[in-house]
Amino acid sequence: MTVAVRSEALAQVEGVAFAYPLPDGRRRDVLRSVDLSLARGDLVALVGTNGSGKTTLLRLLTGLLRPDAGVVRFEGRPVAAWRRVDLARRVAVLPQQLDLPVGFRVAELVGMGRAPHARRLFASTEADERAVARALVDAGALELADRFAEELSGGERQRLLVAMALAQEPDLLLLDEPTLHLDLAHQVALLGAIRRLRGQRGLTVLAVLHDLNLAAAFAPRVAILDEGRVVADGPPAEVLTPDLVRRVFGVHVDEARTPDGRRHLALREV
Amino acid sequence: MRATATAPATTQALRIGPSLTRVTVVLGGGAILLGTAMVVAVAIGSVGVGLGDTVAILGHRLLGLPLARSVAPGAESIIFDVRLPRVLTAMLVGGGLGLAGTVFQALLRNPMADPYIIGTAAGASLGAIAGLMAPILVPALAIGLGSTWLGLGLVQVLAFAGGLGTVLLVYAVSRANGRVPVVTLLLTGYAVSSVLAAGVALLMFFSGQHLGAIFGWLMGSLAAAKWINLAFAAPLLAISAALLVVRWRGLNLLLLGDGPAANLGLNVEREKLALTMLATLATSTVVAISGTIGFVGLVVPHVLRLAIGPDHRLLLPASVLYGAALLAVADLGARVAGGIPVGIVTALIGAPFFIWLLRRSRLVRPVVTQ
Repeated sequence: MTVAVRSEALAQVEGVAFAYPLPDGRRRDVLRSVDLSLARGDLVALVGTNGSGKTTLLRLLTGLLRPDAGVVRFEGRPVAAWRRVDLARRVAVLPQQLDLPVGFRVAELVGMGRAPHARRLFASTEADERAVARALVDAGALELADRFAEELSGGERQRLLVAMALAQEPDLLLLDEPTLHLDLAHQVALLGAIRRLRGQRGLTVLAVLHDLNLAAAFAPRVAILDEGRVVADGPPAEVLTPDLVRRVFGVHVDEARTPDGRRHLALREV
Repeated sequence: MRATATAPATTQALRIGPSLTRVTVVLGGGAILLGTAMVVAVAIGSVGVGLGDTVAILGHRLLGLPLARSVAPGAESIIFDVRLPRVLTAMLVGGGLGLAGTVFQALLRNPMADPYIIGTAAGASLGAIAGLMAPILVPALAIGLGSTWLGLGLVQVLAFAGGLGTVLLVYAVSRANGRVPVVTLLLTGYAVSSVLAAGVALLMFFSGQHLGAIFGWLMGSLAAAKWINLAFAAPLLAISAALLVVRWRGLNLLLLGDGPAANLGLNVEREKLALTMLATLATSTVVAISGTIGFVGLVVPHVLRLAIGPDHRLLLPASVLYGAALLAVADLGARVAGGIPVGIVTALIGAPFFIWLLRRSRLVRPVVTQ
């Protein structure tokens, strides 16, 4: 079955099912039938309960996992048909957690983001050095360039990871809970930077987020993953309704308005 | 409003690799150190040959320079037939162990890793000891294939095959769903090594008066160094070293973990297989001509990482040069100390030095954090 490729779609997930094999031979279904299409320039927040398959979906998008059924496409071509290195030039990931090797300076680590673009056996090119400089500037990490990665605070570390991903000069940026471990100020700063960069660099962004209000403030489009499917996909006001939040998360929230008319969700009780 | 950073002031601060000066100092310094160690190690011995004579003889025999001065009778033969092959063997072995240790520590993301960790030592030991014992247990072998094979002893051939074969087995057993998890590789290597070590112990138990020879091999010794062994080892080491040194990017990326490395375009499983096999080829080759010399492959990468940083672009070639120089000097110590196995020297001096280093600094660090 072939699906007509819409030219504006950068990445498409079509009827994707995925189950992790368990040691006893059974399989744990995570995704049953997921459909999600990312147009160029989209900014989408992906929400859902723990274990709903958000990270799995990102891994399918980067080809780290292969779907059991359905197909994941990047620029119309199945991800499985892409060469690893070609895909890495177009898709970058800010992982949920990353072991940073000890003893490297920030600029060197950001330089690793240039690996898929490497042209010479030992030397880096001028294009590499320019891309690294620009990534550091854009991620607000320029003053960290000479610091050792193991000496960074949580917020600085996250800026380093953003810079590494930007150094790849991707079209599609996948963020897996980028605000984890960050205080409120750093959460706002990071997501603000991502929004700004999306405009500057023409990025398409898919971000896994947990805080529903943060997701609504951050992205013009929110998708909810539940029971292995995308159960809602659209503007936050239509998607993040008290009704759906109760169905998906089992938590009672009220829709409230700030004095200036912005909508937000308030927990009824803890 | 596009942010750009092309101002010279910032681009200068943003060098992403080692500077040319740094490369020259580290690798040039290593080469000079190695050359010096070689000449000194060749000159010193039971029959002293002056440094000037040594340089003249080496220049004459290796570079074809005319022998301008008259050297002591016999000196040329001592230098060229006895000491030079031994010193060159020490250099090859030290370089190979330093390089393989660096690769395994990064690949397994484990600061305890050394070249032998996933079974090379146990496999090579069993092979070598089987080779030592075979002509004794089966006398017919002593006159038949026991003597030489392509000029190499049965011991060398079986040690080489044992090391390489063991790692192939360990790797195959660790493989599941097309992946080889590092922890499984380490544990399987440990388990297989234990089985083979039992075989080694069994052979030692039945070895009778040959226990000394077995023990000497297990400690690692360069006393049996010969040109013919070098002719076997040098090309294999040169090839594996060249193919490892150009894989610096892959090793750097693997430090980030399998997933992130793949997202940066690395074909992770293929790279891990290539790195494991090349490092094992280097290890098996040096073990075949020297026995299992300890500590060099563990300490050299650590010391160099402290001194020059963890970037494999520089670390890999440096580990060859400095590992080679270190073992040339250690073997000189072993000869001066009355011909004890060099493995005793590396353990005796290397281990306390390593402990001093551990105590002294924040600098001996895990390979990765968090």
